Formats: sequence, structure tokens, C-alpha cells
Amino acid sequence: MRRPGAWLLGGVGIVLTTVLFVVPFLFIFLQAGKTAEEARLLEFSWPSEWAIVENVRAVFEARDYMLVIAFINSTILTVASVSVLVVLGSMVAFVLQRRRSRLNPVVDFLILSGLIIPPAVVPTIWVLQGMGLFRTMLGLVLVEVAFGMAFVVLLIRAFVSTIPRDLDEAAIIDGAGPVRLFFRVILPLLKSVIVTVVVVQSVAVFNDFANPLYFLPGDENATVQLTLYNFQSQYSTQYNLLFTNILLITIPPLVMFLFFNKRIVAGMTAGAVKG
Amino acid sequence: MTTTTPTSPQAAAAARAVTTRRPAPRHRGYARRTYPLWFYVPAAIVFGVLFVVPTFASFYFSLTRWTIFDSEFIGLGNFQQFFSEPALVKGLTNTLVFGVVTSAGKVVLGMALALLLTAPVVARGYLRSVVFFPVLVSTIGVGLTFQVLMNPTEGLINRVLGAVGVDGPAWLVDPSIALLSVAAVDVWKGLGLAVVIYIAGIVSIPAEYFEAARVDGAGWWQQFRSIILPLSMPATSTVVLLSLIGGLRSFDLIWAMTRGGPGFTSDTIASVIYKQYQAGFYGLSTAGNVVLFLVVAALAFPLSRYFNRREVNL
Repeated sequence: MRRPGAWLLGGVGIVLTTVLFVVPFLFIFLQAGKTAEEARLLEFSWPSEWAIVENVRAVFEARDYMLVIAFINSTILTVASVSVLVVLGSMVAFVLQRRRSRLNPVVDFLILSGLIIPPAVVPTIWVLQGMGLFRTMLGLVLVEVAFGMAFVVLLIRAFVSTIPRDLDEAAIIDGAGPVRLFFRVILPLLKSVIVTVVVVQSVAVFNDFANPLYFLPGDENATVQLTLYNFQSQYSTQYNLLFTNILLITIPPLVMFLFFNKRIVAGMTAGAVKG
Repeated sequence: MTTTTPTSPQAAAAARAVTTRRPAPRHRGYARRTYPLWFYVPAAIVFGVLFVVPTFASFYFSLTRWTIFDSEFIGLGNFQQFFSEPALVKGLTNTLVFGVVTSAGKVVLGMALALLLTAPVVARGYLRSVVFFPVLVSTIGVGLTFQVLMNPTEGLINRVLGAVGVDGPAWLVDPSIALLSVAAVDVWKGLGLAVVIYIAGIVSIPAEYFEAARVDGAGWWQQFRSIILPLSMPATSTVVLLSLIGGLRSFDLIWAMTRGGPGFTSDTIASVIYKQYQAGFYGLSTAGNVVLFLVVAALAFPLSRYFNRREVNL
């Protein structure tokens, strides 16, 4: 396609995608930089005076530093649930790929169900309540683990098949038990897929709104997505602070994206195309 | 280690065939000792207790009047209510409309953008990143941003439309298009994933096919119809399944943008579940969950079977 038409098409494509996909983010940024009065106009314009530092401070200080607490809560939730997911998920993926047993079809079916079936909300609360884990961080971590497990196992299992079985045999002959084999030999070799899983799941858990809403209610337990929601009602007219908050919670995914763009795309398409 | 590069499924299958044909060098019980089934146990406990048990429990509790502590069996009363109250029926039809519209949008636009981004255009990498980034951004953040952009009078979208002489619709405030407005934003946010899936599908088509087609005098449209469209069928099935499952379950975006309003015109089953839960009607909320389960399962399982058959026939 070395026709001039290709240039034209490319040009139109670039302009259109930029307008459609960049302008909303630019709008967030510009709104976050404005004073309250100017932001209220909702105009797509350059701030006449930059107030971003004041806005960031105001957002952090609002409601007794709720956003700071929320960032801490979200970090704990993300780190804990993703770590547990990776270890438990790769244990399942390893045995599932290596050993043929009558359980395999059952596990396959459970994975498919986990990917498709929408979780039952109130019954999950009922179970958590019964275990004394409702409204606790531990409860929410376990919920995230349960809901993310199917996808993680699916992703890792495909990768386990690329590790030769001879390694297992060698380790066993050298006297390693299954636990040593898994943690010392297999897990380190899964590094590349684990990075993908960690990045994709971290973004998913960090951005999760519905599960914290249902299973960890309460201001003192808020995660970052919920602060966004609280802000909207409190600052129904203070758009500068709302958009500053949106900007702040977009930074972690942006950092992930800048460093792991290829991994994220690989993980999401691989998990998907497997089907 | 040079063995960490992922191999194609075919190669993996071939390798498996070879290893099974070889007489097993291992003595009996090797698999049992090397790959113990208790490795399943920790994951199975968490998944079983917090996913499988609630799923089964939902079938029972959907038949009850329920306060978490007590439940009173009332038969199909909740479902009767679900299918007779206009607000709840609307939630069901909206869910289907939302799922179908967003899937269709992602398939058509995803394919179009993937074609553009696999063609030799300038700034391809930049465009791919720009289109993909919204996938990673908080849904609530996107929803609140577009709520402002779609403001009927002050919003950027209607200002731009007004500047070129078009009287923009009221978007989220107009009951007849509120749901479709949210669906449009959902497509905007999820398009990047569809695009990268299609790109992966298109670049895996062997270049010889295009060369042969060109030698035979096929034009651009014919190449698209006879090569790209059928050979990217796996990508299409993935996009449809993913966006259908996601769209039918979608809650965050609708809650952030309209809360099901105006009135209940943009409610979906997921938002009904939340509203009934908030109102304390746990049995009714759980019945909503069961309905959602049935809708998703009734569409997703047969579709995945259908797509699998189509792929074999190619």
C-alpha cells in the first residue's frame, strides 16, 4: 500500500483517534489544574492560573485524609490478593497440566464456570458473615482471590506446558519432594508469565469497584475507587477536586502501562485467545 | 534457560503426543508423588467457599424472603415479581440490549481499527497505545468523566456538535438514549482490548494468502472478505464472548454514569441486584443474580460451542 490514499487514511485515522482517545484525558488533566470557579464552567480550555498543587493538597486532606487511607487500603488489597493468587494459581496450574487424573475435567469445568458465571453477591456476603469475615480486609482479599482464580490458572497453565518434564524428573532423582520441586524449580521458571499475571491482576484489583462496595463497606475501609464515588456527592460542584482525584488514581495504572505495555497486551490476548 | 519461550498449541500437542507414545520410564506412583493432588486444596477451598457455595446457595435463597439471618421459603415469588414489575423487566431487556450493542460495537470498530493499525500507517505504535490505555483506567473515573463530557448543555461533546451546527441529544438525561450513551462509553473504554485481539489475529494470517490473492487480481475488498474476515474468526469469537460476558455483567459504568436513571430506564440486572440489596430485599436481589446467571450461561455456553464448530470447519 504505497498509494497516497494510505497517507490520507493514516492521517484521518491519527486525527480521529487522537481526538476521541486523547481529548478526554487531556480534559481530566486540564480540569484538575483549574480553580474551583473556572472548573465549574466545564470548558475544554487552558487554566488561566494553575491550581493543581492546591487541588492535590485539598483532595488528600478532604474528609480526614480519606484518600491517603484509601491508597493504603488499596495497596494492601492489591499486594495481598495478587500474591496469594499467583502462588495458589500456579500450584493448581502446575499439577493440572502435568498430571492426568479424573479430576481434570472437573477442574476444567470449574475454570470455565469461574470465567463465565457472575458471582452471587448476597450469598457471598452470607458466607463471609458466617465466617466472621464480612467487612474485613481479609474477607475482601479472599473474595478477590476466589473471583480471579480461574483466569490466573488459565493463563499460567498454558505456560507450564513449555517447561520440559525432564526437569521435574531430574529434581526428583536428586531427592527433591514435590514442594521443593515446585517452589525451587518450577516457580522460578514461571517468572515471565507471573509478571504478566501480576500486572494484569494488579490493575484489575486496583480498579475494582463493585467488590469493595459490597464486601468492605464503610468510610474507614474505603479503597481508592470508592473515594472517587464519595467525592462526587460531596463536591457536586467542585469539579476541580473530582478530576484531581480521577487524575491521582489513574497514575498507578499509567505507570504499569508505561513499563509493562507489551506484557499486559500479551496477557490479555493470550488469556482470551485460549478460550 | 532457553525453554521459556511459549510454543504454539500445535507444537505443544505434538510434544504431548510424542511423550505419551514413548513407554513411560517412570515407575508406578511417580505422578502421584511428583504432582500431588493436595496442590489443588488451598485454591479449591477459597474458590469453593467463596464462589461455588454462594452460587449454589443463590438458587435456594432466591426462593426465599431473606434477611441474611432468617430466610422464609416463598417459592417462585421473587421471580414472579422480577418478571412482572416494569422496573425489573426493563432491567432484563436493558441487559440484553447493552450486551448486544457493546459487543457489536467492539467487533465492528475493533476490526476497523485493527485493519488501520496493521496497515503501514505512520505513528502506529502511538495509536495502539492511545487506543489501549482506557482499558486500564478505572471504570468509575471514565464514567464520571464522560458524565461531565455528555452534559446536555455544558458538556464538551454537545458544545463541539453545537459549533458545527448540530443540536446534540441530551445523552444521559434523555430516557430513550441514556442506556445507549452508556453503551457508547463502554465501547470507548473496551475497544482497545478488541483491537489488540484482532491485531493478533490479523498478523497471524500467512502473507502468502495475500500474495496469491493479489496475483489472482483480488482487490482490497475481496482480500478482506475472503481472507481477513474468515481467518480472523477466532479473534471475532473471542471478542464477542469477552464483551458479551462483560457487557451482560456490567455494573460499574452504569452505576457511575446514570445509577440506572432517568427513572429506571437504564437499569440493568447488575444495577437492580445492587439496588435491591441496598433496599434490604436480599431474596429479590439474589433472584436477580440467578436470572443474570441464566442469561449469561444461556448465551455464553452455546456461543462458545458454536464458535468452536465454526473454527474447525474453516
